[in-house]
Amino acid sequence: MTTKKEPIWIARDLIKCSGCRKCEIACSLYHENRIWPEASRIRVFMPVPGADFPHFCTQCKNYPCVKACPVDALSISKKTGAVLVKTKACIACGKCIEACPGRVPHMHPAKNHIVICDLCNGSPQCVKVCQEGGWNVLTTVHRRARPYELYARTPEQIAKDLAIKMYGEQAEDYI
Amino acid sequence: MIKGYAGKILEVNLSTQAIKDIKIGDNILKDYIGGRGLATKILWDRLGKKWEKIDPLKSENILLFLTGPLTGYYPGGRICVSGKSPQSNGVIGSTVAGEFGVELRCACYDGIIVTGESNKPVYLFIKDSDVDIRDASHIWGKDAKQTMATLGRECRELLRKRYPKFGQLKEPSFLYVGPAGENKVRTAVVAAKWTHAAGYGGYGAVMGSKKLKAIAVKGTGPLPKAANIKEVKRLIKVVNDNIYENVLWRRWGTGSGGYEVGAETSSEPVRNWQDEWHNEKSFGVDQFENRVWIKQSWSDFGCPTCCLKVAMIKTGRFKGAITDNPDYEMQAYLGPNLGLFTPEENVFLSSLADDLGLCGIQTGNVMGFAAELFQRGILTKKDLDGIEPKWGDVEAFAALAKKIAYREGIGDLLAEGTYRAALKIGEKKKTDVLKYAVQSKGISIGAHGIRSGKDYPESISYACSVQGGDHTSTAGLPLDGSGSELSEIFNDSGVHCNFNVFGVPRKVKFDFYKAVTGIELTQKEWYKIKAFRILQIQRALLLLGGPDIKWKPKTHDENPPRFYEPLPSGPYKGKTVDKMQVEEDKRRYYNAVGWDENGIPKTKTLEKLGLEDIDKVLKKSCISKSMLK
Ligand code: SF4
Ligand code: SF4
Ligand code: SF4
Repeated sequence: MTTKKEPIWIARDLIKCSGCRKCEIACSLYHENRIWPEASRIRVFMPVPGADFPHFCTQCKNYPCVKACPVDALSISKKTGAVLVKTKACIACGKCIEACPGRVPHMHPAKNHIVICDLCNGSPQCVKVCQEGGWNVLTTVHRRARPYELYARTPEQIAKDLAIKMYGEQAEDYI
Repeated sequence: MIKGYAGKILEVNLSTQAIKDIKIGDNILKDYIGGRGLATKILWDRLGKKWEKIDPLKSENILLFLTGPLTGYYPGGRICVSGKSPQSNGVIGSTVAGEFGVELRCACYDGIIVTGESNKPVYLFIKDSDVDIRDASHIWGKDAKQTMATLGRECRELLRKRYPKFGQLKEPSFLYVGPAGENKVRTAVVAAKWTHAAGYGGYGAVMGSKKLKAIAVKGTGPLPKAANIKEVKRLIKVVNDNIYENVLWRRWGTGSGGYEVGAETSSEPVRNWQDEWHNEKSFGVDQFENRVWIKQSWSDFGCPTCCLKVAMIKTGRFKGAITDNPDYEMQAYLGPNLGLFTPEENVFLSSLADDLGLCGIQTGNVMGFAAELFQRGILTKKDLDGIEPKWGDVEAFAALAKKIAYREGIGDLLAEGTYRAALKIGEKKKTDVLKYAVQSKGISIGAHGIRSGKDYPESISYACSVQGGDHTSTAGLPLDGSGSELSEIFNDSGVHCNFNVFGVPRKVKFDFYKAVTGIELTQKEWYKIKAFRILQIQRALLLLGGPDIKWKPKTHDENPPRFYEPLPSGPYKGKTVDKMQVEEDKRRYYNAVGWDENGIPKTKTLEKLGLEDIDKVLKKSCISKSMLK
């Protein structure tokens, strides 16, 4: 368990993901007041059936996205460690997408700015629903000095790993 | 405009390549909701007057993919596929789970209507309002997994190229047909992912007849705005909390049925229903769980149940086979119904059916039928192109499935589905083989028998259903009860998964409808008027039928003859269905739904629902006269 006082991290156990997309639903309801899968800050990819997984920011130690932003639209929350987007400052140039080793940031589908997980200011909605359902793919833990950027990988890379882990080498044909 | 709808439907004419958006009037949406209800209405309006002449597998048929206002909101997203059915010659609301319906609504479409037919294989690519008809020659002939892989790569690449600024879009959602659909096999499915299927109705054959290999859709918008999102959130939680209690389905899906429906309720098809009891512990859910399941919970959009389990065979002669669960229906029809009792054989055959694009239920049914004819010496090894489908011979059934999917030799005949195959074989062999055909109105009976009386369907559940043998839409009384077909029409029109209503107070889905659309729909209004009206139109179109087959209620509002044979073994040995009871139940049912003693909707019934035009067509049609006999 975590207290609200310390920065947090969302540990992820991707192979257990059911693909229920309740995290997408919860995230977009919380941030957009709509069910909006492509506007969700956590998105469930499934290029290979059965190997569904959530894809979202991992708060890299060095925050390359923040550094790459030419107009300082991104900052780091002291409270949670999340990347915060100043939506008015963002010029939608996409530099943060290129800088992110996992290509995590994406444009808001209807507005002219980037969206990145803000850790819901310390009480992640996605974690809550994933836990309620008993899938426990997502768990909130204390943020420590660890190389979390290891988890910032592109959907293609993750999909390939998971598919091969599930289906063995024949998964190569499915990707 | 009513809340909760995108407000437009995409209409694609494959003959002329014309693409347009159409609008459906608010009054129609209020009455028919979406999915199955709306499909029935659209089909009646467009084809009703010439229904009997419409060949389901020719360009004049129309193919519908419809969502409803609850798709994506009510936990467990689905889409409803419909059209004139090449199985029943009526209308089937055939739903399939997945993200397709949600993506479509996020692309700001409530559905897709496909008319005409293409002269070469094509697929539709939809990204929000950008719609392309694209060449599909390179995927024509490919199986499920190859199709998904090739299309997946191609469409992800298209999205990257065309919309580079967004960052990484999620992959689009797909519906497609396998080789069986391409070859117009009447038991072909419209598939999603690798393993999900809209099977009842045979719409894979319709899609194939139009040379439409697949549809890919990516929507980047939100779900159409709900009237009261706060209430929607509350209701989602109510559904989830109720479903989370359902330990059985969450843990085993329907995968415990393969053993239990045989051993406990004695209502599982065994060797083409010659029995409904088995006690093969080799088919126990523990065996599936420990030997073949590689993923315990697999789910579709918003679903709290996760009835799916991913299964894979990693060693031995079936190495490489992948499917889901198999769920109970696949277990039964591609298991005991063919005399097979191991998880590995079952996964292998299910995976093969997925790959070929065959409906496991109905193909399992027709193969069981062929195997019984072989057992009785009616079909010989020669008739069967050298195949000897002995009970339990998995290789023989695999060979037969391939022949069916490609319509080769005997497969061409069996590809017509059990009923039509029975007529043809009967004619050829000059003997009645219909008594071995376990189907109702061209639709194979789902894997829930009625003889033991311990499963859910009742004596007239299949006989009087407007969707024939479909076990997800069965007839029952009282009309406003949970066993009524009118209840299923709600789920199929909503459109959401019917599994997520079990254990949830019925009021919740009506509250859901109101929270999303802003319109109050009372249960009384639904059961007495709206669903009732949809049922009557489905019944009328089923009776109009044609062109190859017409149903006569006297003969065809009936159980398969097998259900009148006593159960040969098990705890309910000797039990059977009482014909007198069926007649009595039928009378009560006709009376309740306002059909005359011949099973035809009464003028009074139709007039009260504002369906005078249907009454006219129905009464004018030859059926009224000939059906009196
Ligand atoms: S809520 Fe959990 S199990 Fe469901 S899709 Fe998200 S990460 Fe996967
Ligand atoms: S994962 Fe990507 S978006 Fe998140 S901190 Fe790292 S670089 Fe930035
Ligand atoms: S923590 Fe909050 S913002 Fe981040 S993905 Fe989860 S729900 Fe979305």
